[in-house]
Amino acid sequence: MIDLPPTQLWAIILVLAAGTYLIRLSFLAFAGAAARLPEWTLRLLRYVPVTVLPALVAPMVVWPKATEGETDPVRLAAALAALGVGALTRSLFWAIAAGFAALFGLPELAALVAALPPGR
Amino acid sequence: MAEAAPESPPSAAEAPARARRGARRAFRDGAAISFSFMLVGAPFGLLFGAVATEAGLPIAETMALSVVVMAGAAQFALVELLADGAPALIALMAAFAVNLRMLMYSASIAPHLAEARLRTRLWMAYFLVDQVYAASIHRFTERPNLPLREKTAFWLGVGGPMFVVWYGATYAGAVVGARIPEGWSLDFAPAITFIAICAPMLRTLPSLVAAGVAVAAALALAWLPWSLGLPFAALAGMAAGAGAEIALARRGLRPRPA
Repeated sequence: MIDLPPTQLWAIILVLAAGTYLIRLSFLAFAGAAARLPEWTLRLLRYVPVTVLPALVAPMVVWPKATEGETDPVRLAAALAALGVGALTRSLFWAIAAGFAALFGLPELAALVAALPPGR
Repeated sequence: MAEAAPESPPSAAEAPARARRGARRAFRDGAAISFSFMLVGAPFGLLFGAVATEAGLPIAETMALSVVVMAGAAQFALVELLADGAPALIALMAAFAVNLRMLMYSASIAPHLAEARLRTRLWMAYFLVDQVYAASIHRFTERPNLPLREKTAFWLGVGGPMFVVWYGATYAGAVVGARIPEGWSLDFAPAITFIAICAPMLRTLPSLVAAGVAVAAALALAWLPWSLGLPFAALAGMAAGAGAEIALARRGLRPRPA
């Protein structure tokens, strides 16, 4: 739960807003000038999205806080579904849909199977 | 589909009207693309509103994030880390790290907008998000002679409608979010969202290497409190990706005589 005093919360939001805007403006501000990043910086920046997000997400998937760090097959399956469908379809929408289908669908499915009359 | 008719130099009298028509058409083209982005953006915004209020963020603060920050993944990262009890500085660093890719967008789009006045570039910067960048760089590169006015109109056409939907969806999610039953494991929504943003980008071998190294390092450093391992894991992944790219380029270059 987020339990910060409002002033601190607003300060965080405003700092993030100002910083994000400045990142966006950075090169646009000098549009005409010969403002170019050196090649090696650009090469590193290219990999920002595919490293920051996976690094953020990996511990959340393997050791979810909601289960007190216990690896959860449903959450793992949901993560793999989002990853697989996202990589195949190249679509954010279908990746999210697949992830949620697994996250909410698998427990329902398990409950349904458990409720089946004992096999004959 | 508009026909790209070969244009004769317009007479002085009809030039302003022609420019206006061109700008209107560019805006409409942008808005049409914006609509397809909304199909993704709306559920994503709903989700953010719901997750943020579930995490204890009041509606005003949730809305402020969507309106003044306007960066989906960074918003999720901030809320996730603050809810986890991470210090404000760490949460901010993670959110900025997620947004660093926009520096790349800014550098890449700037040459196309060199003739724009500073005032124009100031408002355009606000709309520089993944989708607006992707759609615009495509159009500006395909049509190098696009008048500036049509570029800015297209930019606003893609960004404007999408942003309005994003605000609305966030609000709806924030209002509804408080009523989502406990049993739905919404705690995992940010994780799915991050994976979904990232998975379509894993197209090349170096990006796979970068992601793999980042994941391995993040898991190895997960014992550190408050995601402190995140910047190191990301840097390791970036270095690995860049290294793989260089190694591949070198191999590709080998056949060529020195």
